[in-house]
Amino acid sequence: MTDILPFLKSIISISGVSGYEAPVAALIEEKWRPLVDEVRTSRVGSLHGLKRGSGKGKRPAIMIATHMDAIGMMVSKVADGFLHITNVGGIDVRVLPGAPVTVHANSGDELPGVIVMPSAKLLPESGSASEVLEIGYLLVDTGLTPREVEKKVRVGDLVSFANEPMELAGEIISGHTLDNRASVAALTICLEELQGKSHVWDVWAVATVQEETSYLGAYTSAFDLRPQIAIAVDGTFAKGPGANGWQTHPMGKGVGLCLGPNMHPFLHKKLTELADQLEIPWFLDVTTAASGTDAYPMQVSAEGIPTALVEYPLRYMHTPVEMVSVKDIQRAGRLLAEFIASLEADFVDTIIWE
Amino acid sequence: MPTFGNAQLKLLEKLCNVIAISGDEGEVRKIVLEEIKPYADEVKVDALGNVLATRSGRARSGKRTRVMRYAHMDEVGFMFAEDEGEGIYRFETVGGIDARHLLGKQVYVGKDRTPGVIGGKPVHLMDAGERVRKVPVDGLRIDLGLIGKAKIGDRAGFATQFRRVGPSIMSKAIDDRIGVVTLIELLKYAPANVDVCAAFTVQEEIGLRGAKVAAQYFNPDMAIAIDSTPANDLPLHDGGENMTYNTKLGFGPAIYIADGSTLHDPRLVRFLQATAEAGAIPYQFRQPGGGGTDSGAIQKALAGIPTVSVSVPHRYTHSPISISRVDDWKNTLTLLHAALKKITPALLATR
Repeated sequence: MTDILPFLKSIISISGVSGYEAPVAALIEEKWRPLVDEVRTSRVGSLHGLKRGSGKGKRPAIMIATHMDAIGMMVSKVADGFLHITNVGGIDVRVLPGAPVTVHANSGDELPGVIVMPSAKLLPESGSASEVLEIGYLLVDTGLTPREVEKKVRVGDLVSFANEPMELAGEIISGHTLDNRASVAALTICLEELQGKSHVWDVWAVATVQEETSYLGAYTSAFDLRPQIAIAVDGTFAKGPGANGWQTHPMGKGVGLCLGPNMHPFLHKKLTELADQLEIPWFLDVTTAASGTDAYPMQVSAEGIPTALVEYPLRYMHTPVEMVSVKDIQRAGRLLAEFIASLEADFVDTIIWE
Repeated sequence: MPTFGNAQLKLLEKLCNVIAISGDEGEVRKIVLEEIKPYADEVKVDALGNVLATRSGRARSGKRTRVMRYAHMDEVGFMFAEDEGEGIYRFETVGGIDARHLLGKQVYVGKDRTPGVIGGKPVHLMDAGERVRKVPVDGLRIDLGLIGKAKIGDRAGFATQFRRVGPSIMSKAIDDRIGVVTLIELLKYAPANVDVCAAFTVQEEIGLRGAKVAAQYFNPDMAIAIDSTPANDLPLHDGGENMTYNTKLGFGPAIYIADGSTLHDPRLVRFLQATAEAGAIPYQFRQPGGGGTDSGAIQKALAGIPTVSVSVPHRYTHSPISISRVDDWKNTLTLLHAALKKITPALLATR
């Protein structure tokens, strides 16, 4: 297995806020090109990599969806040299004060900045010292003079998290946007593993856009590609500080296989059996309704697609210091590759409802 | 005449990027000792860890004034309190930190600069009420990774790296490494008419502890603090005029008249003002009000020491990233050097 860390670090060091995924898409395309037979971009910007199977004639296809977009912010107003911002996707405002960011300015400049919290004296009187400040009160300071800011920045310019990834003890990587670039890394591992395996089915490796805002990429790619089955890869809650309930799972101890109405029970069962057989540690993740992942739109694309969800535990979700175990990412990649290799030409016909 | 260029910015960068939490100032002390060695006549590290350096004026005639100048080496940060296993640690803050700046920030821990992050409960697992409440330090942990190790008592600081952006600098520790580097430069170019007593102090952020003993050691005729003051010059939330700023970035060195702990010596305030005006050096008065510097401790030391404070304004005090203007720093250095050259015993002979 090749070392995935340099690639993972590169894709969490570049922006790709929902709707504006082009910078990260270019890096992923470069990495995938030698691993697939063709790569193209969907009408709305998702990346479609096709690795053809060995089956004769019209082959069935599996789609693996990993979303490449990131939550971020957008400039809503420029005033006195400071930038007001609003969220793109589900931003946790509690992490914003003091966060280093990049302002992707209309002028073409990438301006380093910091999100700042005005002091209580400058805010409305209602409890501002003890409450979390709404995003509307936070500002971005670029260190530039008001004149320079007015010249370069426009309403609608993107603001993305800018902290560098950190490698922590125990093969742990931390940074922003691991949700869900860690899945892109897992899918990349899967493609690498498939280089040395034969598989009957066609494989559509897909990096979707706008999962964090509207599932736009997964809805449209699943419709466009019409796979016979689809698997989404995404993060779930890792156990950690403040997170110890039944919804949380230990980091570094295996992959999650999600069970619930959003998933086809037969696919789920096949994945668990395969994981057991390969001695890939896994845990059961119960989701009672919408999974909040690309599995949700894919299941109802076209005439409906049997869908599964493979997960990795992620700590501090939607903060700039999200954390994953590299081992879990490798496990997810390997499980996907083995699952694809195990698919017989008639697998679809064996899918049954109990 | 002190110079101001890349060498000074490089030194500031080096000083800003090391971590020196109050009570554990060793990393800054090491750099300071190395830098001042060729220039000081006498250097001492005292019982608290202050670096006290003297450079006697070279003037042979007349009485030389003993001028103490001081800048603090310490910064706010964290101290490890309890090991919860699997790389997760409880911690306490050192110095005045608003806990709202902590969640989701990167830190370096201990002498080996072990990387870690400050984490807490994910927002998705919170109810609506919890989401708008400030997370207290007690609800946060430093996470070093599954097998990460630290010792209880280890210090940690923000991992933010220094950077130069347009007319500004950004760093976690502008307060008060900008004072430290200024003091180093002033010592290098000390004029002949004064004995410069340079105090690089400890524990300013937790109650001006180091400055007091430093003053008692030097027994100076007068003292000047070199610090960095919060500007608080952002616009009001409704776009109205900010009438409660302390200082404004880009308006020059801030001379203190009155703060929460000190009414600064009016003779020295007038003297600095006159020096700035004579040299056409931009300056501003810090708005009278709260806050304080080491001057609060020094003024009351011994039989009383005439003191004044000059600060480089910064925004976002005690947060992961503060911002200052390079020109404000340059003008602060120019003003302080010009003032040193003009100091005579006569300055303090009047009332």
